[in-house]
Amino acid sequence: MHKALKTSEPYRIMTSNPALTSGASAPSIPSSAKRKGRLTPWFFAAPGLTLLLLFLVLPFLLALVLSFTDQRLVTNEEIGTHFVGLRNYIRLFDDDSFWAALRNNFFFVVIVTPIQSALALLLALLVNQKLAGARIFRTIYFMPVATTMAVVAVVWSLLYAPDQGVINRLVGVLSFGMVGPQDWLRNPTLVMPAVMLLSIWQGVGFQMLVFLAGLQSIPLDLYEAAKLDGATARQQFLYVTLPMLKNTTIFVLITTTIYAFQLFTQVQIIANSGTPAPVDSFRTMVMLMVQEGFSNGKIGYASAISVVFFLIVLAISLVQRLLLKEERAV
Amino acid sequence: MASVKMRKIRKTYDNSVEVIKGVDLEVKDGEFMVFVGPSGCGKSTMMRMIAGLEEISDGELHIGERLANDLPPVDRKVAMVFQSYALYPHMTVAENMGFGLKLAGTPKAEVKEIVGKAAEILRISHLLERRPKALSGGQRQRVAIGRAIVRKPGVFLFDEPLSNLDAGLRVQMRVELTKLHKELGSTMIYVTHDQTEAMTMGDRIAVFNQGVVEQVGPPMELYRDPVNTFVAEFLGAPKMNLLPAKWAKQGNGAMLEVGGCKIPWNGDGAGPIEAVRDDLLLGIRPEHIDVLSDASETGTIGAKLEVVERLGDTVLLYVKIAGLDSHVAVKLPEDGNQWSRGAVVGLRPREKAALLFARSGQRVN
Repeated sequence: MHKALKTSEPYRIMTSNPALTSGASAPSIPSSAKRKGRLTPWFFAAPGLTLLLLFLVLPFLLALVLSFTDQRLVTNEEIGTHFVGLRNYIRLFDDDSFWAALRNNFFFVVIVTPIQSALALLLALLVNQKLAGARIFRTIYFMPVATTMAVVAVVWSLLYAPDQGVINRLVGVLSFGMVGPQDWLRNPTLVMPAVMLLSIWQGVGFQMLVFLAGLQSIPLDLYEAAKLDGATARQQFLYVTLPMLKNTTIFVLITTTIYAFQLFTQVQIIANSGTPAPVDSFRTMVMLMVQEGFSNGKIGYASAISVVFFLIVLAISLVQRLLLKEERAV
Repeated sequence: MASVKMRKIRKTYDNSVEVIKGVDLEVKDGEFMVFVGPSGCGKSTMMRMIAGLEEISDGELHIGERLANDLPPVDRKVAMVFQSYALYPHMTVAENMGFGLKLAGTPKAEVKEIVGKAAEILRISHLLERRPKALSGGQRQRVAIGRAIVRKPGVFLFDEPLSNLDAGLRVQMRVELTKLHKELGSTMIYVTHDQTEAMTMGDRIAVFNQGVVEQVGPPMELYRDPVNTFVAEFLGAPKMNLLPAKWAKQGNGAMLEVGGCKIPWNGDGAGPIEAVRDDLLLGIRPEHIDVLSDASETGTIGAKLEVVERLGDTVLLYVKIAGLDSHVAVKLPEDGNQWSRGAVVGLRPREKAALLFARSGQRVN
């Protein structure tokens, strides 16, 4: 297993100036050269930092500021923008749509994250077998990830078609005709499960690939040692594979949770398809945010939603990190 | 404890690449057998076949009295120490050592006792609660050996176990492993490419080359009496000098012509030598050459001194004989003699220790 890089290593690679690595010889070096040496790493990081600042930090700070105002999408010169204190937040917690969206989000995350992660591990184990065609299946399972979500959503809305859709036929065959055709995207109780199914199908390939990388980094001699210790295939999985995948699993769980919270495209397309299902049965936080901000033009209010949403996701990620303490490699 | 018998064992990959080409070998009960050879010679594959990690393509493997060809690894009663140690990183030292027993359903108290005893033998009792990452290379090595000991195997298999250790620790572990063998009295098979380990540790050595065993025997027997140039060159450092030579009768005896010089040869067995008389290799170990300052003396080979290496107790001289490509190495005890580079010296091989090989590599004397 690889050891963690010492913090001084990257600096040594970045600059040949000893000012950074050797404190003792520093006084003999002219201060301009010293400054240049200190700046070098920042130059290397500059492109990435600039983009992060411009598209992540700045918009977020802006949202934070705007959430305390009544900023509208199209500003009215006469009315202007005012500081409104916590009004947006107070209104938000009184808004039934907000709680519905939050409920939908949590429902989605709680179901999708474990199922998608477990399925990804299962697929990774399958395509990791030394069988003919394993590589082809790897590609097939990954293809939906590379497909635009909008396209996926449209294709699945056809699969979900009320009468002759593939899903309905499949359900009919599997239940020996006991379950009749369902209107998946219009039935308020079925619309979220339908979205979950298509989301898992679309996203699982990515997590599969992460697990596959994790699987392939497990040294083979651990399995050989386990065989000599008398471990069956099941015991090898339990005592070698699973513990060795711990860090990978933590990564997959956290990223899947964050991705799941960002659910938007699928539900937006369903909303646009003119479903008669009440919007609160499937609307998510991001979708609510977009609708309030861009359809209703309430930028201040949408900003408040985004800030609350950010805090929720942050809190969950932190709790996950605490619960699943990452173990450093040997 | 058990013996290991290999009968005409072959290993073929993908039905075309043959890496083991019929090995017949018997490792006696309680013996320390070393498989030695250059990388790719098949020694590790042979060991992995004994462990059950590789299938045997053809031939028979007996461990103890049982035919083991198709036995799963755990039923062969063998334990293996891997080059990488292959410790489970997420388990403590005690868990690592007791894992096999745990899987076998041994009661916890018993596992603890057995692990404790093994840890005592290896002096790692204070490390039992640590994880492998908190151990040094030498300690990991001990844990790997401990894991093998607790299984009370009939045969211990060591796959280049010392190659990841630094030189000092390697010497120490070499001694300890030999001691451990004496203490346990178990059959041990030890794979290495290091001729020093082979010479010092083994009761017997099997020299592997390109999928066959060239020679088997006690270390000194192989050293003194190699059957071919491969074995002769593989054991000993610096390796045996091989000088092109011609044999001719001279009066009642015979003589060898090496590098344009004639040296007397009284060895018998003229028959096989005579058959390849113009195409011989004189094999002589560095410590079996006397160096004379006078190159004109009869019966010596004239050579130019090119490199001198002083090792403290011994001196290594590398000399060049006119007309020969490679250097001849000479090992002498350190006697304070100031060797000057470029000096012309006379080499006199000690005849009793000299070996003759045909150009094909086979011994002829």
